[in-house]
Amino acid sequence: MQTVFVYDGSFIGFLSAVFEVYEYRATNAKIVAEQNYASSFFAENNEVTSNVAKAKRVWKGVLNVGESQDARLIYRGFLSELPDMEKVLLAYIRLLFDARKSIAKNFSEPEIMRLSQINKKIGREKHRMEAFVRFRKTKDQIYFSTISPDFNVLPLLEKHFTKRYADQLWCIYDVSRNYGIYYDLKKPEMVHLDLPTQILNSPESIFSEEELDYQKLWKNYFESTNIAARANRKLHEQHVPKRYWKYLSEKYLLEW
Amino acid sequence: MNFDRIKEKLNILADAAKYDVSCSSSGSKRKNKNKGLGNSDGMGICHSYTPDGRCVSLLKILLTNHCIFDCAYCVTRKSNDIKRAAFKVQEVVDLTINFYRRNYIEGLFLSSGIFKSPDYTMERLIRVAKKLRLEENFNGYIHLKSIPGASDELMHEAGLYADRLSINIEIPTKEGLKLLAPDKERKDFLQPMKKVRNDIVKYQSEKKHFKNSPIFAPAGQSTQMIVGATKETDAEVMYTATYLYKKYNMKRVYYSGYIPISYDNRLPPIGTEVPMLRENRLYQADWLLRFYGFKVEELLHKNHPNLDSDIDPKLSWALRNLHIFPIDVNRADKQLLARVPGLGMKSVYKILHARKYRKLGWEHLEKMGMALNRAKYFMTCASRTFESKDYTPQQIKQRILSEGNSKYQTTLSNQLNLFG
Repeated sequence: MQTVFVYDGSFIGFLSAVFEVYEYRATNAKIVAEQNYASSFFAENNEVTSNVAKAKRVWKGVLNVGESQDARLIYRGFLSELPDMEKVLLAYIRLLFDARKSIAKNFSEPEIMRLSQINKKIGREKHRMEAFVRFRKTKDQIYFSTISPDFNVLPLLEKHFTKRYADQLWCIYDVSRNYGIYYDLKKPEMVHLDLPTQILNSPESIFSEEELDYQKLWKNYFESTNIAARANRKLHEQHVPKRYWKYLSEKYLLEW
Repeated sequence: MNFDRIKEKLNILADAAKYDVSCSSSGSKRKNKNKGLGNSDGMGICHSYTPDGRCVSLLKILLTNHCIFDCAYCVTRKSNDIKRAAFKVQEVVDLTINFYRRNYIEGLFLSSGIFKSPDYTMERLIRVAKKLRLEENFNGYIHLKSIPGASDELMHEAGLYADRLSINIEIPTKEGLKLLAPDKERKDFLQPMKKVRNDIVKYQSEKKHFKNSPIFAPAGQSTQMIVGATKETDAEVMYTATYLYKKYNMKRVYYSGYIPISYDNRLPPIGTEVPMLRENRLYQADWLLRFYGFKVEELLHKNHPNLDSDIDPKLSWALRNLHIFPIDVNRADKQLLARVPGLGMKSVYKILHARKYRKLGWEHLEKMGMALNRAKYFMTCASRTFESKDYTPQQIKQRILSEGNSKYQTTLSNQLNLFG
């Protein structure tokens, strides 16, 4: 019979679940996040409590047996939130502990290839956010941006933006996961905000006077730099898929 | 800031700068220091893409489009009846900073028409870069144009503030240059290029001995050639490119299909199609030279002066050299793997790593995402079945072409119709 381990959705919770899978010697195990869990009649269920000590032991094991690359694949894979993510990660961790050495590049193994592909998606989404975040300056001098990435990549963005915008206040807020990062000129911190709907509806009350002027200038630049004789719509949409247009003032600003 | 006035200038001066295809913002080593603004020690980022599919990474503008020269291929030429404008130094600085802070751009690409004299123009460009670096503590990417004919002293100063310097030789052959830009001589392009190369070498060797020595144009030099404006062959273009890579340590040579902008009868008439397929093939050849270990003589020579349009240059080379194939995926070294049509360098590295764990068969290669439709004719692996070796080059070509759909299908079939 299958044993289901239900965890709270956090990375620590997931690692605690892996610990318990090994503790119970469950061969036919499935790890599921609370929010995706539908109880089944035909399985044995275990509620996993997040436990930092247990999580640390698993993580240390990963780092001891494998290399930093394996740890990175696992962490980034976790951020994907894909439906088969826990299954792939558990399979990977098992293969790693069996091999007793890094398996990050054993691409002919299907589960490893799958994790490597998931990581490619994560990397691409992270890079897209680094490109498509558009800050708007608020009246209190904060450069503010909202995003809703396909995967939970915000934790991976912190370093890039902190290095780059060391001398300005900024905040990047993930509206679909309802948390953000705020940088106060010293260090980045996680924040939860009650985002007023007026940010979208009446930006004038929040953003600085010249903000819209700069957006218009940018759009104007964007249009001037296009070469009509080389039009290539397909390539354009391949690089900037339509679901990202909502971020880009050069795409969403109407004619003025 | 007077936004209406700036908007008008931006319109004119971005439009005039767009024919310079370089957009790269990578390869620099400039880190953010003292909690300043910007950082360019990582990979380049394309912040947007125009409807022509080209990336927007830098604010690419001319300081002015007033010009004393009359080069036939250039929109900004003196005799062209167009609106002219000029930015003030401070205006460019403000635009750059405000766009950068909003994460629109990686930095500035500043070029200019030549007004008064080459040195006068170069000095203005440097003033913008200097102000950004020293007054704004800006560590984003700066690409400055080297103005043909600028003095060695100014080129040296430019390298202290810019990440990349570039000077476009534009016309691949000497004869072409004489025809289209009679006021310019080749040495006007080569002298600043040479000076920058020498200084880069000098600063790099100093850096080895003194950790704190300043950085000089850390992202190197690049240049651009227009293709299709004169009657040059692909061989002439690629041999010139190879010379520039070797002799001047170019980081990049860009190829820009000529976009008809003039009724001058020395040039292709307005309405002529931009040679995008040819441009694409030249870039493919350029990549083979820089990353795949090919020599230019292997791709182009007297009896083969132009790249094929219907197949890529690597496949074309492989079909001319079938005696080397098939190679064994599980044993061949990196250089040979890189020569298999359909395998890119990423696939090559994947194979090199994966085959340490097991012998690879077709099913593994396929799952690893290899483009086997071309590669299968040129390799064997740990599977019993493989493509018969007895195909002639013509047969392989036909099979590959009948399987795939080129994105240039329409261009190609039009060309065929011409001959049909």
